[in-house]
Amino acid sequence: VSIIYLVVPLATLVVLAAVIAFVWAARRGQFDDLDSPSVRMLHDDADVSAARPSDGRWKRRYR
Amino acid sequence: MSVAELERPASAPVAGARACTHCGLPVPAGFAADDEGRAFCCAGCETAYAIIHEHGLDAYYGMTERRDGPVRASGRSYDELDHPTFQQLYVRRTPDGLAQVDLYLDGVHCAACLWLVERVPLVVAGVARAELNLRRSLARVIWDDRQVPLSTIARTLESLGYRPHPFRGLEVEAARRREDRAMLARIGVAGAIAANVMLAALALYSGWLGGMEHEYERFFRWVSLALTAPTLLWPGRVFFTGAWASLRTRTLHMDLPIAVALGAGFVQGVANTVRDAGPIYFDGLAALVFALLAGRFVQMRGQRAAADAAELLYSLTPSTARVVEDDGTHDLPSEALLPGMRLEVRPGETLAADGVVLGGRSSLDRSLLTGESRPVSVSEGDEVFAGTTNLSSTLTVRVTAAGETSRLARLVARIEESGRRRAPTVQLADRLAGWFVGVVLVLAVVTWAVWRSIDPAVAADNAIALLIVTCPCALALATPLAVSTAVGRAARQGILIKGGDVVELLARPSRILLDKTGTITEARTALVEWSGPDWVKPLVLAAERDSAHPIADGFLRAWPDVAIPRVTEAVHTVGGGIEAVVDGRRVIVGSPWFVSVRHRATGADRTARPVAVARTAPLTPVLVAVDGEIVAAAGFGDPIRDDAGRTLAELRRRGWSIGILSGDDPAVVASVGARLGFAPADCAGGASPEEKLRVVERARAHGPIVVVGDGVNDAAAIAAASVGIGVHGGAEASLATADVYLARPGLAPLVQLADGSARTMRVIRRNIAFSIVYNLIGATLAVTGRINPLVAAVLMPASSLTVVLASWLSTTFTDGER
Repeated sequence: VSIIYLVVPLATLVVLAAVIAFVWAARRGQFDDLDSPSVRMLHDDADVSAARPSDGRWKRRYR
Repeated sequence: MSVAELERPASAPVAGARACTHCGLPVPAGFAADDEGRAFCCAGCETAYAIIHEHGLDAYYGMTERRDGPVRASGRSYDELDHPTFQQLYVRRTPDGLAQVDLYLDGVHCAACLWLVERVPLVVAGVARAELNLRRSLARVIWDDRQVPLSTIARTLESLGYRPHPFRGLEVEAARRREDRAMLARIGVAGAIAANVMLAALALYSGWLGGMEHEYERFFRWVSLALTAPTLLWPGRVFFTGAWASLRTRTLHMDLPIAVALGAGFVQGVANTVRDAGPIYFDGLAALVFALLAGRFVQMRGQRAAADAAELLYSLTPSTARVVEDDGTHDLPSEALLPGMRLEVRPGETLAADGVVLGGRSSLDRSLLTGESRPVSVSEGDEVFAGTTNLSSTLTVRVTAAGETSRLARLVARIEESGRRRAPTVQLADRLAGWFVGVVLVLAVVTWAVWRSIDPAVAADNAIALLIVTCPCALALATPLAVSTAVGRAARQGILIKGGDVVELLARPSRILLDKTGTITEARTALVEWSGPDWVKPLVLAAERDSAHPIADGFLRAWPDVAIPRVTEAVHTVGGGIEAVVDGRRVIVGSPWFVSVRHRATGADRTARPVAVARTAPLTPVLVAVDGEIVAAAGFGDPIRDDAGRTLAELRRRGWSIGILSGDDPAVVASVGARLGFAPADCAGGASPEEKLRVVERARAHGPIVVVGDGVNDAAAIAAASVGIGVHGGAEASLATADVYLARPGLAPLVQLADGSARTMRVIRRNIAFSIVYNLIGATLAVTGRINPLVAAVLMPASSLTVVLASWLSTTFTDGER
């Protein structure tokens, strides 16, 4: 019995894992927007989600 | 936020045209630079700059590509976004208790826009995240609604120049996203399988050349079968369902020959695997499924945007209205409005329902709905429509029709309907597909019959080999590839094309109808006639400076070099004009009626001529009185775009027949048409949106028709046309119905579009010719019995590759052809 009977199914399993990962990612929406992230990564500055408190002047004027 | 709150040095003369610090447009002279050399063309830009600067976002100005227009603030409060019903309809909850909403933003185009919109959390405390989808102009905002109301976020976005509309197409959007993801998943699976079947095939071919033990050969054949079966059952199923639909509806489609080839190849492959002899075609089939799916995905992504057009149109009407009841006013969502309710509509607001004016006198901007360039004055008893904007003063309106029954909603329904009814253009490749199936099937039968008399053992093999090798892979890819590369290049030139059939239709000259307001002419009101001494100009500018009326904007843009003196007092009167005190002099600027009842009737009749000119040359007349005496007259109109004459001449030279179809006053349309060399018969004015639609539908009976327009009033006609084109500067949300959107100002892109389409069609024909030649070679080999799986596996990708390269190297839309 040749090793090939073991290796080919093993390789197929690896492929299967990759396919499952891809389908999972596609269904989770990882590929929904392919344009914005390419631009976003060029903006190298601090994390925006850590919002800094807005100062009073702004609030007074635009309430 | 008002202009007055931003201090500006009164009047300092500025030399030359200074560029606006925010948007780069020339700064009118009256708007002086401050100590640090900053100057702004308008209050909107100044506000935007203030926000950006104050929050340390000056990096925005370091970006190479920024928005190119001034910021126009509507001054809306966006209070309706805080209404519980709105929140219930459009606001979702994130798992961590924050609120989430999707907003459609006008005017996001570039990397800098993305950067700025996503920095909103730095500007408004309480916003956790803002994410922008650049392609679709959709921003997802996640915020803490206990800390900050949505209206504040909306106002900030507007101040930055991105006017938000609530995105109401949530269901459509969700369905579409599911479809997209499923398609992508299929492509991924097909790709992985194709690659692995090819590896198995590589082993088989090497064994075939170099010798391989039969045991292993059989093993790899079974492996190929095991891998190929899922690709045909899952990702490849679309071709069989497509072919079945094509058979059932008796419409020819490329899916049919593809399904025949896939089916025949697979059945024979399985049979030969089981009986352990003869060719299997699994590698070719798997590669085919992958290539075709990928080509189709590319094509679909481009055609997408048109689908949810009508949903975006709804975003133009406000989501709530102010209802007057006995105990005061309440905000109600537009969906809850009923006939008979009384609404209060303030200046700058858009009507949420059709109705009759009960009280007040104002002017309405109806251009979005009807295409009229001039504001229409309304008073008690007049009918008003949803989607029009109140310009000057508060109106009370009794609702006659709301929601589904309003004129705008009916128009939207017509748009949807005409979009659905539009028969899909049978593309060149699909027309060929019909012939193709017939010829190949006949040929297969002939091959089988002939070989039966020569060598019955290989008759079936050869006939099936013919079916497989003539699979029109390259033929199916020819159109999508040529079109998608052309569409990509056109987009870089500012021409956004949504569908492939458009290119096919524009390649040959046909009839083209253009809207006037905003398409042939610039949509903005401009000073066309001025009759009066120069010393009046500063006084007029001073009086008009703080007005939001289009007339004021026209004056300010007409005289950018005139310094503006200080105003001590200004009274704006609804539907009339402005009375102001400037340097101690009493200045009245307004309509003839408004001015004539206020000035002393003194002799000087120097205004009679301009007023007469203004009345006949369909302009809006404006009079100026100083200290009780009429001293000047002005006429306002919409000027023809600079490049309109040249573009139309170029199109005529290429054989297009051109006409104007406008909702504006017939006299205005005729005068514009005459100046551009149109025959009077080609200039139709006074057409309501419904009538435009009828004209277009009638014209379609005689051949393809192209409609170019800019507003909601054109949307139905655009949707019904063979090809609808929306021009730069129109209402972006409404232009979603267009097949082509010109993202560059002016009409010049139209010529480029016609030329590029013609060139793209040539590429398509060349691709089709290539693939037919390949198929002829393949068919000859199969008929003569010289085909084998290796030849088939080489021949099929080679033809596709040729088509890919030919499409890629083609020059369809290039820079050099402005």
